[in-house]
Amino acid sequence: MIQLISSPHAHNRSSVQRTMLLVCVALLPATLYGLYLFGWPAINLFLLCLITALGSEAACLTLAGRSLKPCLDGSALLTGWLIAMTLPPWAPWWIAVVGTLFAVVIGKHLYGGLGQNLFNPAMLARVGLLISFPVEMTTWIDPTPITSAAAPGFVDSLLITAGLSPIPDAMTGASALGHVKTALTMNIPVTESIPLAFNVADAFIGTMRGSMGETSALLILLGGLFLLYKRVISWHIPVSVLGTLALLAFIFSLVHPDRFEPPSFHLLTGAAMLGAFFIATDMVTSPTTHKGQLVFGAGIACVAFIIRSWGSFPEAIGFAVLFMNALTPIIDRYFRPRIYGYSYSGKPLKSKE
Amino acid sequence: MFNKLKIRGGVHAEERKEQSTCQPVRTLGIPPLLHLPLRQHAGKPAEPVVKVGDRVKKGQLIATSTGEDVCASLHAPTSGRVTAIGEVVAPHPSLLTTAAITIESDGLDECLQPGEQFDPMSLTPAEIADRVDQAGIVGLGGATFPAALKLKSGARQKIDTLILNGSECEPYLTCDDMLMRERAEGIISGARLIQRAIGAKRIVAGIEDNKPEAIAAMTQAAAAFDDVLVQPIPTRYPMGSAKQLIQAIMGREVPAGGRSSDVGALVHNVATAFAVHQALYEHRPLISRIVTVSGQCIEQPQNVEVLLGTPVSWMLEQCGGLSQAPARVVMGGPMMGQILQTTEVPVTKGASGILALANPEISKTEPSPCIRCGSCVSACPMGLVPLEMARHAKSDDFDGAKEFGLRDCILCGSCAYVCPSHIPLVHYFQFAKGELSSQREQSRKGELTKSLAEARKARKEREEAEKAAAKAEKAAKAKAAKEAKERAKALKAEQEQAKQALAAQAQAAADAPVNEESGS
Repeated sequence: MIQLISSPHAHNRSSVQRTMLLVCVALLPATLYGLYLFGWPAINLFLLCLITALGSEAACLTLAGRSLKPCLDGSALLTGWLIAMTLPPWAPWWIAVVGTLFAVVIGKHLYGGLGQNLFNPAMLARVGLLISFPVEMTTWIDPTPITSAAAPGFVDSLLITAGLSPIPDAMTGASALGHVKTALTMNIPVTESIPLAFNVADAFIGTMRGSMGETSALLILLGGLFLLYKRVISWHIPVSVLGTLALLAFIFSLVHPDRFEPPSFHLLTGAAMLGAFFIATDMVTSPTTHKGQLVFGAGIACVAFIIRSWGSFPEAIGFAVLFMNALTPIIDRYFRPRIYGYSYSGKPLKSKE
Repeated sequence: MFNKLKIRGGVHAEERKEQSTCQPVRTLGIPPLLHLPLRQHAGKPAEPVVKVGDRVKKGQLIATSTGEDVCASLHAPTSGRVTAIGEVVAPHPSLLTTAAITIESDGLDECLQPGEQFDPMSLTPAEIADRVDQAGIVGLGGATFPAALKLKSGARQKIDTLILNGSECEPYLTCDDMLMRERAEGIISGARLIQRAIGAKRIVAGIEDNKPEAIAAMTQAAAAFDDVLVQPIPTRYPMGSAKQLIQAIMGREVPAGGRSSDVGALVHNVATAFAVHQALYEHRPLISRIVTVSGQCIEQPQNVEVLLGTPVSWMLEQCGGLSQAPARVVMGGPMMGQILQTTEVPVTKGASGILALANPEISKTEPSPCIRCGSCVSACPMGLVPLEMARHAKSDDFDGAKEFGLRDCILCGSCAYVCPSHIPLVHYFQFAKGELSSQREQSRKGELTKSLAEARKARKEREEAEKAAAKAEKAAKAKAAKEAKERAKALKAEQEQAKQALAAQAQAAADAPVNEESGS
């Protein structure tokens, strides 16, 4: 039989699997540090997310009558991983399972599987959980490194993950974003509330309350730079998100320093870093052109800043990403590259004068 | 200046050129049988001017270009006997056959006596173009468009710059590189003839900067002429595409739907320029070309000068044969070349390379769903959105694909080269382009049918009208005739009456004298 194969007969050896695994590698430093910082319960939760993601991916593929090969492409693994990065580290098991199932089954496979989903599955899970289970999703544990005396052992951690052993109130508290937001409602200016919950060095290194992806800005940044170096992502989305967020914070805090947090606070707390490098850059749900990516990133930063400053939720990257995900098709429609030989308005260039 | 040399998008493919550049170009001998397809150029097939059984000499015209059409003539690569004029398997993935002249070589390699001697630089532009036409020269970079036609149209337009394309951006291929290293003088000499034919002010040879030896040789050869410039350009596929090369050298884009001449440029491949030199100075028509034989499955990768019509299998044997069964044999470069299902096909004018590729080189992987990563968008040198074009083409929405730039796609394959999902994008685009052109053909036919039907209707109506008019006229005539007849009748009757009256009068008169007489 004649097999018609079109050119090219060469390839740069990239693959979906390689892309996904590189993202996982980039997440590894922050993850390992987070697991160290929050100990066994965090490890349990992390593994639970990964197992649920792979299991539900396999189940969905089986139900759809498709080959199980895509399980190994790393996309489900990455979804589970990212969810684990955004959960409170000592959350009970069902938070992890429900969230991951929601992400993979509803967020991805109901749309038709890899490449078809409109919304970022991990952010869908995070936002869904936050709205459905606000208490569990905002119980932030103090950093208790696995080697410290206060850290639970493996057996105790199983009880915590199983939800059978209540977490002592003394060990929990609000995240920096939550703390400042609550203070604002009590008319405490940010200039007073911020120093109590936030300092740049801690936020950079990560010794603060938050999810694993929200603690060490430095390690997330390193991972992001690794992705840029490996050309898995381009600079457009991260720079646009962080740049716009910093600019907005700079302008507002300059005008009204008691009411608005400074840029360093916006950039180093919450999921800003993780969002800019790992969530907003999700290829499936972000625009495909560089111009569109700049618009998309700026949009995320604007929405996030608005919700952080005036909304009722302390953290907003998840909402902002979902909001801009919904606009991705329209951004892609209007921000196309200029075609060779045409002007920006799409008319053929004039020939020699 | 730096901006000028940049092209948008593109890819830096693994070059793999070094393996075929370690030895000089080797001239291969004469194969026992040569198959010369009548159509090895863009356009219509040439008309054979020899018969089966004829003896031909090297360089003798065996098929001629058909007048005004886009066509190129063909010459005997060596002396021998025409054994068949019929169908042979074409160097095309379809395994379809094509009309060809088969020559059995006699091994004597008898040359045709050259004609009168003259100085080519004293010829008029039209004479140069005619001689290029007679030599059967086509664009040797791969497009195989008859060179003479480009010269003639170039002469009519205002061309400022003749760009010599020595970029050779396809991986593996080194035939132009080796030609520039070894025969730079000839290339420049041919280019100056082309310059004369089109009236260009200057010549710029664009050579990718991964070919320092070629740049050095060409610079040396060009040193004698003020208006010939050798311009190293960045190594980036598809720099060898005319549009991208013009952008890199002139800093201008060819307007959509326009031609190179719209920005005052004309692009010719270095090998074409060399062929022009050979045709005018050495009276040697296009009967051979340099072919890169490379790939992991080739025992000794190298460049060989082969006679056109040489079977690929014979050529591979001369290069030491295959070291392993190739996963894919490609004619041309790996980015835009075509697969060969069999090596029992002839080398044609456009064959720049024969690559026998092993599995690791082609990295064949099953396609997976698009993850919208946008790599293809960044890689596209034309500024298109390949993923959307493919999505629309896949669902038979060719107009949708057109909206994302299908018509401007140059099929360079940069998008498919970088696609992490291994989607055969070029395959979709070729299919969609084919569908669009058959749709155009259909609608053209439809229009023709419609206009014919309308013309027929109009003719019928006209005929009806004419008939009716004729009828009316006839009726009117008949009426007139009848009236005339009646009038005539009446007249006749009157005349009769008058006659009778006259007669009666006469009678009376005749009688009267009697009376008169009697009365008198």
